Amino acid sequence: MSRRLLKFLLPVVVGVLALLLWYYLHFAIVADNRFLLPRPDEILAAFTEHRTELLQAAANTAKGALWGFGLAVAVSFALALGLSLSPLVRVSFYPYLMILQMTPVIVFAPILVLWVGAGLKSVVVITFLICFFPLVVNTTQGLISTDRTLLELFRLYRASRWRELRLLRVPSALPYFFAGLRIAATLAPIGALVGDYTAGNSGNDGGGLGFLTLIYSSQAKYSALFATAAITCALGFIFVAGVVSLSWLALHRWHDSYERSDL
Amino acid sequence: MPDSPPLVEFKDVTKRYGPGPLVLDRISLEARTGDFISLIGPSGCGKSTLLRLIAGLSPVTSGSLRLGGPGSGAVAPELGFVFQEPALLPWLTVAKNVELAQRLAGRTAAQRTAAREQALARVGMSEHASYYPRQLSGGQKMRVSIARALTLSPEILLLDEPFGALDEMTRGRLNEELLALRGQQAWTAFFVTHSVAEAVFLSNRIVIMSAHPGRLHTEVPVDLPYPRTAETRLTPVYYELVATVSRLLRSVERAA
Ligand SMILES: Nc1ncnc2c1ncn2[C@@H]1O[C@H](COP(=O)(O)OP(=O)(O)OP(=O)(O)O)[C@@H](O)[C@H]1O
Ligand SMILES: [Mg+2]
Repeated sequence: MSRRLLKFLLPVVVGVLALLLWYYLHFAIVADNRFLLPRPDEILAAFTEHRTELLQAAANTAKGALWGFGLAVAVSFALALGLSLSPLVRVSFYPYLMILQMTPVIVFAPILVLWVGAGLKSVVVITFLICFFPLVVNTTQGLISTDRTLLELFRLYRASRWRELRLLRVPSALPYFFAGLRIAATLAPIGALVGDYTAGNSGNDGGGLGFLTLIYSSQAKYSALFATAAITCALGFIFVAGVVSLSWLALHRWHDSYERSDL
Repeated sequence: MPDSPPLVEFKDVTKRYGPGPLVLDRISLEARTGDFISLIGPSGCGKSTLLRLIAGLSPVTSGSLRLGGPGSGAVAPELGFVFQEPALLPWLTVAKNVELAQRLAGRTAAQRTAAREQALARVGMSEHASYYPRQLSGGQKMRVSIARALTLSPEILLLDEPFGALDEMTRGRLNEELLALRGQQAWTAFFVTHSVAEAVFLSNRIVIMSAHPGRLHTEVPVDLPYPRTAETRLTPVYYELVATVSRLLRSVERAA
């Protein structure tokens, strides 16, 4: 058997085995408790049944995740620019950034609802807080890691600080920025879900996936709960795929993390 | 033109980095237009520092360093710097990298294109204009780096061991190309190297430095006529100069 075929077949085999194990576990559980581990076909059925509200909730969560993520990118970039100015600025601010990062956002969710109101706004703020830290740290690291010789080249030609930033420091920070962006992209949908779970549902839009999680678990609709998890998972994939594509577009031609094409 | 003012004039220049030890001690050196001066000496004797002083990348600690243009010297002469590494921006194509100096100097797009095409043709890299640096060999990268330094038609070209990382054959060929380029654009060169053969082949003056602190030790004039070609390396005069400079360099290094 050729290696390529094997590379394609093996994951499929693992997937099938996992499914079999799932069904086995389902039927191994005493009949009365089988609802605790719904079968894939039951989950699919639950998805079909609750399709409209699930997709609406997914759209709401995606919106919150996207806004929080976008806001975190913008604010963290501006902050990273400031932090990259001097080591003095960094030592002054880093401890507080660390504190912010270590603070469990969930604890503040209830009060956040009072500050900005429930629903989308709270979801955005929580997603923002969760995505913010890896972005700031990575982007700052990138902005201060510029090659010394290249900086001297710019000084030799008396480049303004603005040009140095735009033509040298920002482009050379891009690989770091995208590394941060990838982490943030995996966090954003989870952040939005958690935000929605604790502070979502403004009442008129039906809330997001986090809110549905609450509803379905209180109603013991476990198949629907699993469907919600699957959708969140898909949302995460879309986010990461988006960032990976952006990163590819920006870096593949020149950065060493992308194999030089030997075609 | 013995009466014209020197293009570069060091008078008792000393250099320390911050509170550190003396790096350069009372350097006095004059370069006249058209000179090709090689600096050679033990590692850490301050060769790179000397170039950085000329380039204005670091201030002198005491003494005076004056750069004169042709005539009055009121306008600072245009400088080119070729670093030890090619120092290309990896996210820009060869063409954009070569244009960079012009771009930073605020030249128009038309000027940039013209200068870029000329410079790339001169170093034989026109075909590679759309390549990214990572697609080039070490020698090709260095050619691009030289092309970039030449786009602003510098009066003074500073080269810090530009060919140090290259194999012997490539280095020899690039040496010949460098002299050919100088035939077209008459810049004055300061060339740091660890290779005696390279220094003899390229320069009309070889300055041997000693270390701790960095001082000018001896200057050896190279009386080989330009243009020099691969044949030059086969002449007895060339051999003898290589031997002389090597001996001097060894005595300096033994003292260190
Ligand atoms: N930016 C700097 N800050 C502090 N000290 C420096 C700096 N650059 C160079 N030095 C010191 O100055 C001395 C001379 O360094 P320089 O790089 O000029 O030597 P060099 O002759 O070019 O050596 P090499 O042949 O190894 O390149 C060294 O002792 C080095 O430690
Ligand atoms: Mg050096």
